[in-house]
Amino acid sequence: MSAKHKILGLIFANMHDETVFDLTKQRTMGSVLFGGRYRLIDFPLSNMVNSGVAEVGVITRSNYQSLLDHLGSGREWDLARKNGGLHLLPPFSHVASGMYRGRLEALYGVWDFIKTSDADYVILSDCDVVANMDLSDVIDRHIETMADITVVYAKDVLSLEQTQKSTILGVNDDGRVVDVLINPQMSGACNLSLNIFVLSKEFLKNIVLEAASRSMYSFEKEILQARSHEYKIMGYRHEGYFSKIDSMNSYYKANMELLNTDNRAKLFKSETPIYTKVRDNAPAKFGIGASVKNSLIADGCIIEGKVENCILFRGVKVEKGAEVKNSIIMQEGVIGQKCDISYVITDKKVEIASHRMLTGSQNYPLYIGKGAII
Amino acid sequence: MYIKKECVAMLLAGGQGSRLYALTQDMAKPAVPFGGKYRIIDFPLSNCINSGIDTVGVLTQYQPLVLHDYIGNGQPWDLDKLHGGVHSLPPFQTALGAQWYKGTANAIYQNISFVDRYNPEYVVILSGDHIYKMDYNDMLEYHKKKNADATIAVLEVSMEEASRFGIMITDEDDNIIDFEEKPKHPRSTLASMGIYIFTWKKLRQYLIDNENDESASKDFGKNIIPDMKANGEKMVAYHFDGYWMDVGTLDSLWEANMDLLNPNIPIDLYDPEWKMYSRNPIMPPQYIGSEAVVENSMIAEGCEIEGKVDFSVISAGVKIEKGATVTDSIIMPGSVIKAGAVVEYAIIGENTVVEANAQVGARPESVENRDEWGIAVVGHNVNVSENAKVLPKQIISENI
Repeated sequence: MSAKHKILGLIFANMHDETVFDLTKQRTMGSVLFGGRYRLIDFPLSNMVNSGVAEVGVITRSNYQSLLDHLGSGREWDLARKNGGLHLLPPFSHVASGMYRGRLEALYGVWDFIKTSDADYVILSDCDVVANMDLSDVIDRHIETMADITVVYAKDVLSLEQTQKSTILGVNDDGRVVDVLINPQMSGACNLSLNIFVLSKEFLKNIVLEAASRSMYSFEKEILQARSHEYKIMGYRHEGYFSKIDSMNSYYKANMELLNTDNRAKLFKSETPIYTKVRDNAPAKFGIGASVKNSLIADGCIIEGKVENCILFRGVKVEKGAEVKNSIIMQEGVIGQKCDISYVITDKKVEIASHRMLTGSQNYPLYIGKGAII
Repeated sequence: MYIKKECVAMLLAGGQGSRLYALTQDMAKPAVPFGGKYRIIDFPLSNCINSGIDTVGVLTQYQPLVLHDYIGNGQPWDLDKLHGGVHSLPPFQTALGAQWYKGTANAIYQNISFVDRYNPEYVVILSGDHIYKMDYNDMLEYHKKKNADATIAVLEVSMEEASRFGIMITDEDDNIIDFEEKPKHPRSTLASMGIYIFTWKKLRQYLIDNENDESASKDFGKNIIPDMKANGEKMVAYHFDGYWMDVGTLDSLWEANMDLLNPNIPIDLYDPEWKMYSRNPIMPPQYIGSEAVVENSMIAEGCEIEGKVDFSVISAGVKIEKGATVTDSIIMPGSVIKAGAVVEYAIIGENTVVEANAQVGARPESVENRDEWGIAVVGHNVNVSENAKVLPKQIISENI
């Protein structure tokens, strides 16, 4: 356990926004809704808290109103603390234009915050990976191997579409990262970077300040890739369950994977819970004639129709005679009487009037934007 | 430095709840789970904050551990306030010695200094064993408008039911002219709901006088209300016409849970204007399996339902395995109903396991002599072994 070391967590809430641009039109990647009651940031944030990280900074760029609303004081993650706790770090206008171009620039933008932390080590994480992960083990390994940088990766079989949006690592037998491919054209078994990095604060300081003076901004390109021979960059293989969200398709798939009981058991462990904002909804209510099969139902739902292979977020209503299949219905959605809905993703507060029929396909689920009334 | 509050609530939560005994061996009655994700005390506490009363003293005595833990700093009810908020008030030792709370009036008497800190004009006295939604502020406005010294909330009940309650007899202006405790031949059908508003200055004096009276039983119903009446204080009845249920017995606890499933009964937990707050379980959404059949039920977070559930209230983190059947029942948090088990007309306590093919309770039709039928109850942390049978009306608090 790395309790003897102080760890600072830094979460990039806006990284990869563009991969699910529909969902991030009005929010950050970190505040994309997931799994019936969560936002993507709940996963890295809970992992950090469960791994003993007592101070977390959340770096945002734009569209962060919903993120601020979700995180509040950090109380629900036990991060409303006198010492440490949660810090929201909107872009500072005195660096560049305030809109950072990459991780290094973003880190330089919040350097004053990082500087004042008395942490020995820093964990950097994006919000595109859903996993329940013991990060203290990553820190321990980082220290043990005397690495300059440790990159968390997973072995996975990827399609061309996926690798084009991924960082793929070449890892040798000693666990050292010897090759870094950014968005390559390839497919098959790969070492997929999960965009979680550990460095000592001192090392981070050196590279961030150097990067600022040389106008470097990409951590992946200008540090991981360009200096993989100069620095000791170690890979840490995550062997547990994960899903990486880099397209609407993978978003849909990652949600649907939660209908598998084994996957749920790996993601939601009682000893390391995933925390989220509390909304004080009543329990879900099933009316006369309700029929629900193979679905994840959040609190506050009122179901009087037929629901099959679905993820229903908090406060969703499925009215009498409606049939909803293979769909993701986000918070406070209303599916009117006798609707027939299949392969649809509805964003928050979508209302579908009665007798509508909407059908997407498994490979291309139909997305309906926030607040739409159909 | 304390900031003056117009009204302070005092919530009586110290009772043993002996009629719920299988469920209250290790916890006070107000801490008993209710409605899937609540505990009984969530109702008065949520009513307080929704009514704009942000200073609440909770008087605890019997088995307070679960209750104190649950209330904590009051944050789930937004009652963690710089000024006011919720305070657990167990009995304490003074320079004169230590005393238990000897009755409802004595409990408040012993905490006069707590109330005095906020220097309130009014005090509302609440019970920790009622399920209802009520705006205490409306009642307070009524108390002020009537220029009353004491206001008692009353509910219209049927003549048969009236014999089970404290009954208020009023004149046409709702002044209370007399009252009777559980009368055989009721003179009115206005039942006291155990909710009182007093002008604090008056109540304070009556509490002191009552305490000095050695023979008094230190009880609101038996002493304070009759004493005030005898001295001609202005006492009025406040009519409440919403849903209200005393859940002091196993039958009424079951019934109140079942009422949540009845669309014709006006207790709406989904009203965004009057949310019921609780300490929310940190669990994923519930999963309803491919072979599950769920109708007419309420199911909370973290449940895994693979069996059949009908007319039931299933609390957080409950597992109902394939081939298990739960009908007309309440399953409290964290319990497991294994394959082939049948639970009918029953209350299953927290973290209890009903093993495979066990049978708990039965439908009323299944019993020849209806007097032998009743709700079956299994307490908290109990194991009902494979193929075991818990009969209707049976109450189990040990493994069988």
